[in-house]
Amino acid sequence: MSEPVLRVERLRVAFDHPLGKVQAVDDVSFALLPGERLGLAGESGSGKSTLALSIMRMIKPPGRIEAGAVWLDGGRLADLDEEGLRAVRLASIALVPQGSMNSLNPVLRIGQQIADALVDHGLRLGRRAEERRVAALLTEVGLAANVARMYPHELSGGMKQRACIAIAIALRPKVIIADEPTSALDVVVQRQVMATLARVQQELGAAVILIGHDMGLMAQFVDRLGIMYAGRLVEVAPIADIIAHPRHPYTRALIASLPSLDVRGALAGIPGLAPSLRDLPSGCAFHPRCGFAVDRCRGERPVLRDLAGGEVACHLA
Amino acid sequence: MTPLIEAVAVSKRFAGGLGRESTLALEGLSLAISAERPAIIAVVGESGSGKTTLARLLLGLADPTGGEVRYRGEDLRRLGRNKWRAFRRDVQAVFQDPYGVYNPFYRVDHVLATPVRRFGLAASRAAGRELIAEVLRAVGLRPEEILGRYPHQLSGGQRQRVMVARALLPKPKLIVADEPVSMVDASLRATILAALRQLTDEHGISILYITHDLATAYQVSDAILVLYRARLVEAGAVERVVRAPQHPYTQLLVAAVPRAHQARDWIEEGYEAPHNGGGMISDGCPFADRCAHATSLCAVAPPLYRTEVRRVVACVLYREYPTLAARELGRWLSI
Repeated sequence: MSEPVLRVERLRVAFDHPLGKVQAVDDVSFALLPGERLGLAGESGSGKSTLALSIMRMIKPPGRIEAGAVWLDGGRLADLDEEGLRAVRLASIALVPQGSMNSLNPVLRIGQQIADALVDHGLRLGRRAEERRVAALLTEVGLAANVARMYPHELSGGMKQRACIAIAIALRPKVIIADEPTSALDVVVQRQVMATLARVQQELGAAVILIGHDMGLMAQFVDRLGIMYAGRLVEVAPIADIIAHPRHPYTRALIASLPSLDVRGALAGIPGLAPSLRDLPSGCAFHPRCGFAVDRCRGERPVLRDLAGGEVACHLA
Repeated sequence: MTPLIEAVAVSKRFAGGLGRESTLALEGLSLAISAERPAIIAVVGESGSGKTTLARLLLGLADPTGGEVRYRGEDLRRLGRNKWRAFRRDVQAVFQDPYGVYNPFYRVDHVLATPVRRFGLAASRAAGRELIAEVLRAVGLRPEEILGRYPHQLSGGQRQRVMVARALLPKPKLIVADEPVSMVDASLRATILAALRQLTDEHGISILYITHDLATAYQVSDAILVLYRARLVEAGAVERVVRAPQHPYTQLLVAAVPRAHQARDWIEEGYEAPHNGGGMISDGCPFADRCAHATSLCAVAPPLYRTEVRRVVACVLYREYPTLAARELGRWLSI
């Protein structure tokens, strides 16, 4: 078994708010192996994107990392100063943030924006070499080299998302975090972009964390899936196991609630609403929405524990 | 019987200004919504396929540049004042964004009370309140949890259900829902879609469900129309179209949906060639430039072939089947 490329240990992230502290990420731990594809799924507000940002140490006030550590490639990110972090970001770990395709600068050519990423992270190439590097990156993500001379408005959504992936892989990172990279795209384009991401990832030997809520996409793309609820990981298991035998009632409800092409007329929403992070229910945060809850669930908070083939935080599993 | 709403070979072309080419948004589409048999009809297509244009034409928010939209047999553009008012009550809309439609300074009640007042739906204040409570309950909301609150105090799913409730107030016959769940959290989509299905089954309201999401269309609708670059490519009963797609584009679309309970071949099979989506639409088959079966026959726009009892496919692969005139499609499908 190889060493994990990324290790997250008991990470806690909070947002300070006049009405009280909001615990957005609560005691999350996991490890990512080189080349592995890990999925993180959950409802809006479950802490997925905050987790991604805090792994990158990109949480801004009023958010702050309260506790925990992130180890990247054997080094502790907390030991790095701002300069050190800049060197690590993109070169070792890259984030494709949610909605990133709309964050391209509308008045700069695509090639310029990719080159900026290279220069910004200390790569000084001659103009020719830089052009060649940009062209190679575009080709790598399935775009024609002449896209370098285009502006974002000249590209379709799928092409823009590819350009964002090109920026993310510009410095050959070991870990790519993709936060809902295809949520704004049509299905046919989504499939092409995900195929590109998979190919690029394999060529680099990079690990990927895919954040999203489409269980079909997770089932087809990731090796292992973590389910988040109210800032906590409530289940982690290999993808085939979790789809076939979800153990946490929330995981079960999440899978059942997603409209599929497999079974018709089986629309079952999750009853109730996701809890407010400022005022979490006692015990298991899911108990008010859980059909199986017993007294213990109301009083005692379940911890993530090993169970054959995976981990689950549920008293009943 | 005269349909409630009928689109007869409607086209919409947006004029290009200052020497620019005009843009064809919808070409020769026909559709009929029965006044007697409520159903959910899904219109599925990717961005730019013309589905929102269709919604706007059916709602009378835009005029077609070809063909006509009829309300109980009369061209929308020629409706008298009273008929137009009746049309406005019979046909309601629910749009994509459950955030943008609220004024943050007003309580949620405002968005519900306004149509009651404007349409004169209740004889007294008390009757108005009872009507509002009734429509909220019809979409699975508890009035006491909704009324008196401000929009930001509701979840996205609640806000969108309030919009559906608002659409119900004038007791419409048809709700045109344009991407009603695409901005709602995945776990809530099922709840809202189930509420829509219930409106059709229990309250007899037809729904035109416009979406890019084939899976939700499959779950709730009875019939489906697949649009691609302004043209209809396939239409029929949803079970048949999704289970056994016939048009090469529909086949591509169905295969592109990642499925949880199937072999993991989605990525490997996903062909990468990015197509140039913004290209010119030729006179021929709109899908020909991406189609593996394309031949010289595809240079002419294919007619609709009736491949099954209630199914048409616009593809020359099916040219041994009888054809159907485009303007007949609406009524033929709704039989």
